[in-house]
Amino acid sequence: MKYLPLVLAALFRRKTRTLLTLLSVLAAFLLFGLLDSVRSAFAQVGSTVVGVDRLITVSKVSFTLSLPKSLLERIEATPGVAAVSYANWFGGVYQDPKNFFANEAVAENFFDLYPEWKLPAQQRQAFHDTRTGAVVGESLAREFNWKLGDKIPLQATIFPQKGGANTWTFDLVGIFHVADEKLKGNEQILFFNWKYFDEARAFGNGNIGWYVTKVANRDQANQVAQAVDRLSANSEHETKTQSEQAFAASFVSQFADIGLIVGAIMGAVFFTLVLLTGNTMAQAVRERVPELAVLKTIGFSNRSVLGLVLSEAVIMLLIGSAAGLLIAGVVVGGVRAKMGEGIPMLPIRGAIWSRGLVIAVLIGLLVGVLPALRGMRLRIVDALAGR
Amino acid sequence: MSFMRKVGVGLGAVAGVVVPVVVLVLLPWWMLPALAVLVAAWMAFTRVGQQAWSVTRVGLATILQRLGSSLVVVIGIAGVVGVLVALLAMAEGFKATLRQSGTDDTAIVIRAGALTELNSVLDHDTATLVSQAPQVLKNATGAPIASAELVLVASLPKKSTGADANVEIRGIGERAWDLRPQTRIIAGRRFNAGLRELIVGKGARAQFTGLDVGSTLKLNGQLWTVVGEFDSGDANNSDLWADTAVVGSTYRRGSSTTSITVKLTDAAAFDAFKAGLASDRRLQIDTFTTRDYYNRQSENLSNVITVLGTTVGIIMALGAVFGALNTMYAAVATRTREIATLRAIGFRGTPVVVSVMLETVLLAILGGGTGALIAWAIFDNYTASTLGANFSQVVFNFKVSPQLLLKGLKWALAIGVIGGLFPAMRAARMPVTSGLREL
Repeated sequence: MKYLPLVLAALFRRKTRTLLTLLSVLAAFLLFGLLDSVRSAFAQVGSTVVGVDRLITVSKVSFTLSLPKSLLERIEATPGVAAVSYANWFGGVYQDPKNFFANEAVAENFFDLYPEWKLPAQQRQAFHDTRTGAVVGESLAREFNWKLGDKIPLQATIFPQKGGANTWTFDLVGIFHVADEKLKGNEQILFFNWKYFDEARAFGNGNIGWYVTKVANRDQANQVAQAVDRLSANSEHETKTQSEQAFAASFVSQFADIGLIVGAIMGAVFFTLVLLTGNTMAQAVRERVPELAVLKTIGFSNRSVLGLVLSEAVIMLLIGSAAGLLIAGVVVGGVRAKMGEGIPMLPIRGAIWSRGLVIAVLIGLLVGVLPALRGMRLRIVDALAGR
Repeated sequence: MSFMRKVGVGLGAVAGVVVPVVVLVLLPWWMLPALAVLVAAWMAFTRVGQQAWSVTRVGLATILQRLGSSLVVVIGIAGVVGVLVALLAMAEGFKATLRQSGTDDTAIVIRAGALTELNSVLDHDTATLVSQAPQVLKNATGAPIASAELVLVASLPKKSTGADANVEIRGIGERAWDLRPQTRIIAGRRFNAGLRELIVGKGARAQFTGLDVGSTLKLNGQLWTVVGEFDSGDANNSDLWADTAVVGSTYRRGSSTTSITVKLTDAAAFDAFKAGLASDRRLQIDTFTTRDYYNRQSENLSNVITVLGTTVGIIMALGAVFGALNTMYAAVATRTREIATLRAIGFRGTPVVVSVMLETVLLAILGGGTGALIAWAIFDNYTASTLGANFSQVVFNFKVSPQLLLKGLKWALAIGVIGGLFPAMRAARMPVTSGLREL
């Protein structure tokens, strides 16, 4: 620690060079922050802790096909099942197809299975009492500036009403809130009453999109899932039951291999960064050979010269990466505030920070090691003589 | 005075950065070689130009001694251009695949408001009414060239991950082949109407397991045989095709379908076709040309990728600019005495500026070219797939077009110009006396 002023003095010996190197480190880590924020948003879809005790049952052929309602009682009677609810994808469009958000018809008890979605009791009652009632997540309501009591018209894409009308109008009676930052994406959904949906739709009546099952004991989730699938084995409607995260993860993985794309970009970025800072460090040490020799002459050991040069590199990377991650944090915050919290970008917090700083230290050591070894192996006489 | 002068130089430098970059971006491609010829002519035929050339030659000759730091510029810019070109090639490829799937003289009809075929349901009467519209082209036997199609989704394991992903199953009518003349059978044969036989698209076969010709697969509890493989060169390559009626009975859809595609007498007949169907009160449908329908599907994703690619590119380019600046400042610093000597014996500032700029630009072109070539070698025709509008995998190839390569080269030039300008100015403005004294 006592050598810190010495290291800093060495760093700012050539202000332009250090500044430019810092800026390119900053650019690299700004990019790292942004990409890792996107990557972790996709990665955590399948790994959130909430939801391990919930199973999703869909048609085995494809989750776009529906299941008969007769399964409900049989799933409820399966040992190990605590509660069962069901829902159907509606796919309605609000004003313009670009305003995409999920909207689903859900059974009465749906919110019982999702305790992390906080809906005030009064609004819950209103949802129950209003046939055309709908509840939406807080961030979705903010995005479209909806207030309780508003009428929300959705254009059906799959389900026209009986008689051919294509517009379903819902009364907004509740706004739910999700406390956990990582699950904020769930606030981007509109729910409405199954009863209204099933009575009014032109076809498919009585069929169900998917079942949600809450298991009594999460350790038995696998056995329960298998038991549920056995109910319909060899029937016309075979099912596939998996945990909620597994379902979500398999859905996300169909979009693209986000991890691969992001990994490839980061690889290119950091490869360039290593070369660039490595070159800078080599230059810095080359210019300072006589100075290092003086240090050694006045009694610095080989090891402390090695340490000095290495810490110079590491400190440069740390300053640059911290600045880059800070800016990335501001950018991500801004994007989330503007586009709504449903976009796949996690705020830059502990995990991303620690990953970034660890990478910074590793790159620092990597680019510092060759120049540092050179500094360590200097022969004082040769270096002072300028040989 | 000196303050005003500094402000003036600063403003000049900013203009020097912004103007060439804007010009570069807007420049048509043939201007680039023209510009190069112009610079070459200037160097060959004017006195200042000849001076500039000789200074540049000295600079280029010493590049090998500064190999490490010069490589930083080359590799940094190669990285930027490579990533940019790869990402844009992805957007371009997806767009091209869907664009080729449609034409202006075929039209698709789906239920009003459905947006995609998967959401749509049409009953048998609607299908008949649509195919009897007067603008629909008839074949030699007088039958309308129309295909009532039934789009469904099945989940099959993907080769790459082993995890289930969605594949589109498209029931087609017998005239579908006339509607998509570019489609060829590349293995096996066509399916026979009325049998549980499938043919698989080239892309689908490459992405999913168990779709080789001759294999059987179970769909909704019934066994189907894969009898052929087809190549259409467009989004249909991601499909499995079978007979509409058989698919309908397997999935208990009765005689309903999801869409009807028709061949129009010519592209100009579309407006009349659309208006005719819209005025029929028995029909509740939306009509699009297939070109329009497929283009709309690619819009969102290709926009997202383009924005992502450009953002990543800009941030990486900033990093590369700082790297280039660093290198060129160092290059100028090591040549301080030499440049000062040139100034002392009467060389003006311009040749010095030009030589430093030219050196950076050459390094940048080398880097940009390398990056673009690497992206082309790895990613041209690289196959990927994503979830398309029908909730199923759309297989597409990355497309590294000449325009994209040129775009990458332009980015490289812009980085080179910015990265060279400031060091060049420092070299030219260096006081001769102190420069000569520099060790």
